[in-house]
Amino acid sequence: MSIAVLSGNEAIARGAYEAGVLVASAYPGTPSTEILENIARYPEIDSSWAPNEKVALEVAIGASFGGGRAIACMKHVGVNVAAAPLFTLSYTGVRGGLVLVAADDPEMHSSQNEQDSRNYAKFAKLPMLEPADSRECKEFTRLAFELSEQFDTPVMLRSCTRISHGKSVVELGERVSGLPEPQLVKDAPKLVMLPGNARVRHPLVEQRTLNLAEYGNSSAINKMEMRSVKVGVICAGVVYQYVREVLPEASVLKLGMVYPLPGALIRDFAARVEQLYVIEELDPFIEEQIRAMGVKVTGKEIVSLCGELSPGRVRAAFAKAGLVTAPESPVVDQGPLPPRPPNMCPGCPHRGLFYTLNRLNAYVTGDIGCYTLGFMPPLNAMDTCVCMGASVSNASGIVRVLPPEEQRRVVGVIGDSTFLHTGINSLMEMAYNRAPATVVILDNRITAMTGRQENPASGFTLSGETAHEVNLVALCRALGIQHVRVIDPNDLDATRQALAEEMARPEPSVVITNRPCCLLKGEDRFKPGEVLAVDQEQCTGCRACLRLGCPAIEWQPAPDGKKGKAYIDPLLCNGCTVCQQLCKFDAIK
Amino acid sequence: MSDKITNILLVGVGGQGILLASEILAETFMLAGFDVKKSEIHGMSQRGGSVVSHVRFGREVFSPTVPEGEGDILFGFELLEAYRSLSLLRPDAKVVVNDYRIPPPAVLLGQASYPDDLAARIRTGFANTLLVDGLHLAQQAGDARAANTVLLGAVSMRLPIAETVWQEALEKMVPKKALEINRKAFALGRAL
Ligand SMILES: Cc1ncc(C[n+]2csc(CCOP(=O)(O)OP(=O)(O)O)c2C)c(N)n1
Repeated sequence: MSIAVLSGNEAIARGAYEAGVLVASAYPGTPSTEILENIARYPEIDSSWAPNEKVALEVAIGASFGGGRAIACMKHVGVNVAAAPLFTLSYTGVRGGLVLVAADDPEMHSSQNEQDSRNYAKFAKLPMLEPADSRECKEFTRLAFELSEQFDTPVMLRSCTRISHGKSVVELGERVSGLPEPQLVKDAPKLVMLPGNARVRHPLVEQRTLNLAEYGNSSAINKMEMRSVKVGVICAGVVYQYVREVLPEASVLKLGMVYPLPGALIRDFAARVEQLYVIEELDPFIEEQIRAMGVKVTGKEIVSLCGELSPGRVRAAFAKAGLVTAPESPVVDQGPLPPRPPNMCPGCPHRGLFYTLNRLNAYVTGDIGCYTLGFMPPLNAMDTCVCMGASVSNASGIVRVLPPEEQRRVVGVIGDSTFLHTGINSLMEMAYNRAPATVVILDNRITAMTGRQENPASGFTLSGETAHEVNLVALCRALGIQHVRVIDPNDLDATRQALAEEMARPEPSVVITNRPCCLLKGEDRFKPGEVLAVDQEQCTGCRACLRLGCPAIEWQPAPDGKKGKAYIDPLLCNGCTVCQQLCKFDAIK
Repeated sequence: MSDKITNILLVGVGGQGILLASEILAETFMLAGFDVKKSEIHGMSQRGGSVVSHVRFGREVFSPTVPEGEGDILFGFELLEAYRSLSLLRPDAKVVVNDYRIPPPAVLLGQASYPDDLAARIRTGFANTLLVDGLHLAQQAGDARAANTVLLGAVSMRLPIAETVWQEALEKMVPKKALEINRKAFALGRAL
C-alpha cells in the first residue's frame, strides 16, 4: 500500500480513477479546476474540457446512459449553468454511475457569490456527499459511484476551497475491474422524459430519497463519535475539522451524506447529549431540517451566514455559547498597511484595451476572467460584472433604455473562453434584435484566470493535442454581426481608433483582440518583446505611464522636493511597449 | 510522539514559488512519519496578490488551516507580507524572513510608501527573527531562483526533523537538473 500527500482535488481524481470512471468532463472554475487536470493523467479515462458546465454534465450523462461511469466537475456557480440537465437527470437516474462534483467557495476567494450548493441536492432531490479531508475525497468519490448505481441516481459530491486546495495524507488503492461493458440499451420509459414517463418517475425519486435517508441511518458514511455528553455537535466537511480542533472533548455527529439527512440517527444523537449544536458554513441547511424534525438545536444564533469558517471563527461561536474562552487578540497590531490585491501581469494584453476604454469614457458591461481586473484603479474601466456571458446581453439590454448619445458609450467586454461558454447566445440575441452596442472579445488564446486551460478557440485539447480552432470572426459574422474587426490591443492608436469608430456606429459591432496571454511564455505561444527601461535624463516625471497600473513600472519619489521619476523593473518587463507609446518625451526605450 | 501540532505559515506574493516550498515541507513531514495537512488559496490571489499557505504536522492534525494566533513558524518570502501576517503567530513564534521587497500597487503608483524598517519592527514583536538575504545567497549557490531553498534551509534548522529526511524530500520534489544548486542553497540556509 502506498501513501501520498494529495490535495482534495487530486484525491477526487484518484477516487474517480479507482472507481473505474471512463469519461470525465468539466469546465474550469476555482476551486474545482485541478480535478479534471489530474484525472487527465490517467490514460484509462477519456478526459476533456467542455465549453461550459451544462455541456460537461450532458457529456457525462451521455456516457452514463451508454453504461460507463462518468464524472462532471465544476465550481458552485457552474451548477447554475448545469442545472437544466441536472434536475431531469434526477428523474431518469443513471445507467453507469454518475457523479457531479460541485466545489463551493465560501469567503469568495475567487468567486462572484458564495451560494451554498447543498441546496441543489435538496432542490433536485439527489444525494450529496461531503468529504472532510483528502482521504475522504478519495473514499467518498469511490462510494458515490457505488451509490449512484445502487440507488439509480446521480450523486453530488460537494467540496469547498479548503478541501479542494487543502492537502492531507491518502492511501492509494487499485482501479476496480469487472464493471459491466458499456452498450446501447433501449429504455424509453426511464430515459425519455416526456410528461407521461416523467409522471411515473417522480414517485420513484421521492421513494429513492427515503431509501437514501434510511441508508444514511445505518451506513458508516455518517459517524457518531461519543465523547463527553455535555455538548453534541452536528457538522460535516471541513467544519468537522474545526470543531474537533476547538472542542476536542465534545461528542460529534459527523455527516458524510448531507442530503438526505439520517433522521433516526440525528434523533438518537440528540437524545444522548445535553446541548445540541449544528455548526455549518453558509446556509442553515442542516439546521432547518433538524428544526423541522422538532429537535431543539442551536446553530445560526452563534455562527454567521456569511463567509467561511475557521478554527478561530468556530472558537468565537462556541465562546458566544459560553463553552470556551474567546480567541485572544493578536500580539502585534500592525496598523494600516498598503493592500496587495491581484493585478494584471506585466505585458498583459488586456491592459492597453482597458486603458483605452477608460480614455474613451466607455461604460463597460464586464464579464468574468483576468480582465475583470480592468475594474481596479488606475484603469477603472469596468462598470458591471454579473456572471459569465452577461457582458454581451447586459450591453444589449442597457442600450434599450438609453438616449442615443449614451448608447454609444456602452461596450460589452468578454474573454475568449467566456464568450464560448455563454457569450455566443448573448451575441446572437444582440445581432437578432439589432441592439446598437459594441462588444470586445479579448482573445488571449487561453482560459487564463483559472490557470491557463485550453478552450475550443485555443487550438489544443486538455491532453495537449492540436484541435480545430473556432474561427471567432466567422462565428460572429454567422451570428449576424456585420461589423467585425480584429485589432492588436498593444497598438494603442489603432485600438483607440477602432473602438471609437465602432462605439459611434449605431449598430451592433464586434472588436476582437489578437494578443496571446503573457503566461503562455513557457508554451512558446507568447513572445515577449525587448525589455524597456526609463531614460532617467528624459523622464519628466509626468506619471502618464503610471496610469497603466503595470506592476513593472514603479514611481520613484526624489529626495528634497525634486520631481520623482518612473522606473521599469527589468526582471518584470515583458516588452509590450504600451507604456512607451504613452510617453510623450521618448523617455522609455 | 506528543500530541503537539506544529504550525507553519508561508507568506509572500503570488508568483514567488510559495506553493512549491509548502509542498516540500508537507512531503518532508510525511516522510518523517507525521500526519500532515496543508491549505492555501489558488486562483485570483495568484495574480500578484498576497498569498498565505498553511502547513501543519503532528500525530493527528484536524484543521487544514492554522488556528489564528497559533502559528509557530513564519516563513516569509517578502517583508511586507511577513509583517502583515504577524497576527497569525504565537507570542513565542520563530520568524525566518527574506530580506526582499515587492512594492504593492499603491506604492508603485506613488500613492503610498513602502513601510520602513519592517525587519526591525518584526524583531520587536518576535525576538527569534532571522533576516535572510535569500537572493544573494542563492546567487552564491549558483542561481538566483534558488532563494526559496536558502530560506527553506534556515527554516529546517527550526524544526525537529533529521537532515536526511529533508534531503530525501528535496530529491523527490526538485527537478533533477536543479538539484545540485538547490542542495547548495539549502546548505547555505542551514549554516545561517
Ligand atoms: C459559471 C462559471 N464557471 C466558471 C467560472 C470560473 N471562471 C472565471 S473566469 C473564467 C474564464 C476566463 O477565461 P477568459 O474568458 O478567456 O478570460 P481570461 O481570464 O483569459 O482573460 C472562468 C472559467 C465562473 N466564474 N463561472
